[in-house]
Amino acid sequence: MPDTQALVNDFLNKLKKRKIEGSQATAKQTAELLRSVISQTRMPYTNQAAALIHSVKAVGERLIAANPVELAVGNVVRRVLHIVREEDLSLTTAAMAGLNLSAESDDEDDTDRDNHPALSAAAIAAASRSTLRPPSLQTLLEDVPDSAAVPHTSSSGGDSEGKSKSADKSSRSRKLKHDVIEAVNELIQDISTCHELIAEQAVEHIHQNEVILTLGSSRTVLEFLCAAKEKKRSFRVFVAEGAPRYQGHLLAKELVTRGLQTTLITDSAVFAMISRVNMVIVGAHAVMANGGVIAPVGLNMVALAAQKHAVPFVVLAGSHKLCPLYPHHPEVLLNELRSPSELLDFGEFSDCLDFGSGIGAPLLHVVNPTFDYVPPKLVSLFITDTGGHNPSYMYRLIADYYSADDLVLERRTTSGN
Amino acid sequence: MDPRRTARTVSDPKVRQVGFFTPAPPERSISDPPRFQDPIQPPSPSPTQVNDHSPSGNSLSPVMIPPAHHHSDNFLRTALQVTSPTKAFSYSAKTVTIPPENEDVASSFSPGRKVVSAKSPSSFPGVKASSVPASELTTVSVVNLPPGISEKAGGASVEVQNDRPVSAKTLKEKTSKAERRALQEAQRAAKAAAKAEGTKASSAASKVVTSANTKPSKAAKSSSQKNDGSQVAASEKKGGDRAPEKDRKKDAPHPRMQYDDKSRVEKAKKRAVVKQTEARNRVELFRHLPQYEHGTQLPDLETKFFELDPMHPAVYKVGLQYLSGDIRGGNARCIAMFQAFKEAIKDYSTPPEKTLIRDLTARISSYVSFLIECRPLSISMGNAIKFLKNRIAKLPLALSESEAKSTLMLDIDRFINEKIILSEKVIVKHAVTKIQDGDVLLTYGASSVVEMILLHAHELGKHFHVVVVDSRPKLEGQLLLRRLVRKGLSCTYTHVNAVSCIMQDVTRVFLGASSVLSNGTVYSRVGTACVAMVAHAFRVPVLVCCEAYKFHERVQLDSICFNELGNPDAISKVQGREEINYLDGLVNQENLQLLNLIYDATPSDYVSMIITDYGMIPPTSVPVIVREYRRDHLWS
Repeated sequence: MPDTQALVNDFLNKLKKRKIEGSQATAKQTAELLRSVISQTRMPYTNQAAALIHSVKAVGERLIAANPVELAVGNVVRRVLHIVREEDLSLTTAAMAGLNLSAESDDEDDTDRDNHPALSAAAIAAASRSTLRPPSLQTLLEDVPDSAAVPHTSSSGGDSEGKSKSADKSSRSRKLKHDVIEAVNELIQDISTCHELIAEQAVEHIHQNEVILTLGSSRTVLEFLCAAKEKKRSFRVFVAEGAPRYQGHLLAKELVTRGLQTTLITDSAVFAMISRVNMVIVGAHAVMANGGVIAPVGLNMVALAAQKHAVPFVVLAGSHKLCPLYPHHPEVLLNELRSPSELLDFGEFSDCLDFGSGIGAPLLHVVNPTFDYVPPKLVSLFITDTGGHNPSYMYRLIADYYSADDLVLERRTTSGN
Repeated sequence: MDPRRTARTVSDPKVRQVGFFTPAPPERSISDPPRFQDPIQPPSPSPTQVNDHSPSGNSLSPVMIPPAHHHSDNFLRTALQVTSPTKAFSYSAKTVTIPPENEDVASSFSPGRKVVSAKSPSSFPGVKASSVPASELTTVSVVNLPPGISEKAGGASVEVQNDRPVSAKTLKEKTSKAERRALQEAQRAAKAAAKAEGTKASSAASKVVTSANTKPSKAAKSSSQKNDGSQVAASEKKGGDRAPEKDRKKDAPHPRMQYDDKSRVEKAKKRAVVKQTEARNRVELFRHLPQYEHGTQLPDLETKFFELDPMHPAVYKVGLQYLSGDIRGGNARCIAMFQAFKEAIKDYSTPPEKTLIRDLTARISSYVSFLIECRPLSISMGNAIKFLKNRIAKLPLALSESEAKSTLMLDIDRFINEKIILSEKVIVKHAVTKIQDGDVLLTYGASSVVEMILLHAHELGKHFHVVVVDSRPKLEGQLLLRRLVRKGLSCTYTHVNAVSCIMQDVTRVFLGASSVLSNGTVYSRVGTACVAMVAHAFRVPVLVCCEAYKFHERVQLDSICFNELGNPDAISKVQGREEINYLDGLVNQENLQLLNLIYDATPSDYVSMIITDYGMIPPTSVPVIVREYRRDHLWS
C-alpha cells in the first residue's frame, strides 16, 4: 500500500500547513482518505474488524497529531471507526441471528425479527449504540434478547450505516470491507449534503422582516439564509466582517448577489447593533460534547451581547462538527494563533519589534487567535442536520455517532475487538 | 431632581467608599482646597466656603465635589481685575449683605451673568441655612428697582427656595414666598446698583441674557409664565424668563436635529457652507443621522479658502482638519476649536451699529455650524461652546471692546488649562493609584488620558503589562501601541474579536470616553461597549477615565438614537490587506449597505468606576457631577 502512504503523507502535509480551509472540506477529505486506507488494508482471515480498526487508527492518530485543533479530523476518524465496529457487529449479529433463530423461537420479539429480518442488525447496532457499551462480542452475546427488543426505536443510524444484507457466512470476509466502504461513502455523502438538510429548516426559524446578525463567513449560514430567502421570506442581515480574516466581506458579497438586504458592519459595532437584531445565526468550527462551541474568533463577544439583549443565539453545525470530547480550557488548548502580520504590518512596526532585543523578551507581542470558545449557557439552539437541539442535549446526540471505545485515540490495545 | 435624595448621596461617605476609592483622602479634606486646583484657586479659600461646604462632609469621601463657590469666587476675582464697574458693583453687594453666604455671592454677581447656580438644585445644606437670615432683611419696597435686577434676583431666590431639601410645599406657597424673597433680593441688589452705575449695566445685562437665550428658551417662556403665577409675573414682565420652571425646562437638553426630517434638512442645507453629497445606500436604522460622501467636499473647500468671507481662517482651517480626520479625539478637537475661536476673537471687531455681545455670539454660532458641517460636534465640544457663549453673554456691557476680547481670550485659556489639561493630570493622579505591580491592563483604541496614565505609571517605576485592543477601521490602537512601545512599556496588541481570549489574563480595563451621560452610559469609540461587556463577563473591573467637562445631562440607552456615521468606504476596504477586495464591484448595489458607526453607548452596569477630575465615582453618581458642575461653572 505505498500509494495510500503517499496519500496519507500528502494529506498530513496539507493539514500541518493548514492548507485546508474549513471543517467541512477537512472532514470530507479525511473520510475519503480513510476510505482508501480501508480499501487498501489487507484483510486477514480472522478478526478482520480489528485489522481495519487498527489500520484506521494508525492513520487517524497521525492525522489528528498533524492538526489537533481541527477537530473535524478526529471526528471523522472516530466516525469511521464506529462504522467499522457497527458493520462488524451487524454482520456478527446477523450470523448469530441465523444460528439463534431456531433455538430461541419462544422469544417474545421473535415475530418482529421474522417480519423485518433486514432491520435486526441495524436494530442491534442502534441498541448497542444507545447503551453506549462497547459492542464487543461478549456484550453482544449477553444482550441479544434485550437489544433485539428495540428494533423500531432505531431511527437514523439504522438506514445509513446498518445496511446489512442477508448474512452470508461464506462471503463474510469480503462483505465487511464492502459494507464499511459503503457506509463511509454514505458518511461522505452526509458531510457534503449537511447544509441542505440544515437549510431546509430555515423557514421554521426565520420569519418575515427579521433582522439577523452573523459574524464571519460560513457556508452553512449562507445556505441557511438563502433557503429562507427562496421561500419568499424578506429579512435583512447584518454581517460583522470578522477580523482578522474579514470573511464577512465574502459572505456579504454572496448574500448581496443573491438579493438579500445586507448591511456590513465592523466587529466593534456588534454591541451597538445587537439591540435591533432578532436573531444571531452563526456557524461553528466544532461543537463539544458539553454543548460548548469552538467558533471563529469574536463569537464569544457576539454571544455575550446577544445574551445581554436576550437575542437568540443559534449555531448551525453539520454532524461532522460534533465532537465527542469535553473541552478543558478550550480558549488556549483548542486554539491556534495565526500570523501577527494579519494585524500589524511588520515593515511598519519592525523598529518596535527590535526594541526588546537587547533586554531579552520583546516588548511587543501580538495575539491573533483563530477560535473562540462559546460556553453552552450562551447558546440558545443548535441546528444540525437532524434538527434543532438544546446545548444540554448535545452529549446525547453525539453519543449516537461515536462509540465510547474510540474517544481516546491512542495506540493502545483497547478492549472490544 | 429630588433634592433630598441627591443631598444624601453627597453627604454620605459610606456610599462612596464602596468599590474603589483613593487611599489618600486627607489632601481632599475640607480645609485644604483640592490640590489640582491650586494654580487657579485662590491660595486660601474664604471661611464662608468652608462653612458652606462642611455639612456635605466629604472629607472622607474620595469624590471631590468642590465647593460651588470656589469657581464663582474665582470668576469674581477675575472680574474684579478686569472690569472696573463690575468690581464696584459686586464689591458693594458683598458689603451690603451681612453674612457672606451662598446666595449672596450669586446675587452679587447676578447682573453680570445669568444665575445658573440657581438652576441646578443645590444639595448643600448651607443653602438652606442661608435663606433664613436673608428673609430677615426685607424692609425696603421695590418700586424704583431696575427691572433687570429684580427679576434676576427673584429668579435666584425662587430657585434656592425650590432646592430646599424639604420641598413639600405647594406651588402657590412657593411662589408667594418666592415673591417675598424676590423683593429682598431685588432690594439688596438695588442698593448695590445705586452705588455703582448699576442701572445701566444691569438692564443691559438682562437684555443680553434674553438675547442669548435661543429658541428652546423662547418656547419655554410662555409656559413658564403661565405656571409662574400672575402675582410674580405682574411685576416682572420680562422676568418670566428668569422663573425657575423655565430654568427647569431648559435643563432638559433640547432635541437634536433629526436628519430624516426632510423639511428641516432642506432648510439646513440652504444655510450650509459645506456642500456635501449625501451617501447612497444608507442604513435604514440610521436615517436620522447625517451621512455624506466622504472626500467630495474637501478639495472644494480648500479652493474656497480665500473666498469665504464670514469665516475666520483659523476656524476654517480647524474645520478642514476635522473633515480630513487630522484632528481627532475629544480633547484635541476641543482644544483646536477653542484655539481657533481665540484667534477669531482676537481679530474680531464689532461692526458699527452692533453690540459686541450679540454680534460675537452670532459669529460664534456661525462658526459652530460650519464646524458641525465638517464633522458633527462631540458632546465635549458642545459643552465647551456652551461655556464660551455663556461667557460672552455675561460680559458686562461697560467693557470696551478690547477688554471684552481679552476677557474672553482669558476665559478660553482658562477653560483649556483648567478643564482639559489639569483635569487630565488629576485623572492620571487618581488612576495611577489603581495600577499595581504585575497588573495586566487592557485598553481599547487610543485615549489620550489612558495613554498619560500608562506612561505616568511607567515613569513611577511600576511594572505592568499593557494589552492594546484595536479595531477597524481607524486602527487608532496602533498609534498608541507605537507610542507606548517607544517609551519602553511591554505591550500586547490584538483586535477586538480576540478580546475574550485575552481577557482572562487581564486584571484591569482602562477605557477613555467621549462623553459620560447622566444615566451613567459611557458614550465612546465604537467597540468600547464590547470590551466592557467581555470584561464584565470575566469579572474584570472596568475603569472609565473621563474629564468632567465631557459629562452631559443627556441620557441614552442604545447606540442608535444618537451616533455619528463615518465614511462607509472605510468598511469595504481593509487597510493594508489588499487581497480583501470582495466588495469592490458591489459598492453601488442597492442591497448592500455599509455601516461605519463611530460611537457606541456602554451601559452603566459594565462600568465599575468612572475616574474624573472630581475623583473616582460609581456610574450612578454621574448626575451629581453633572449637576454640581453646571452649578459650579454657571453653566448653560
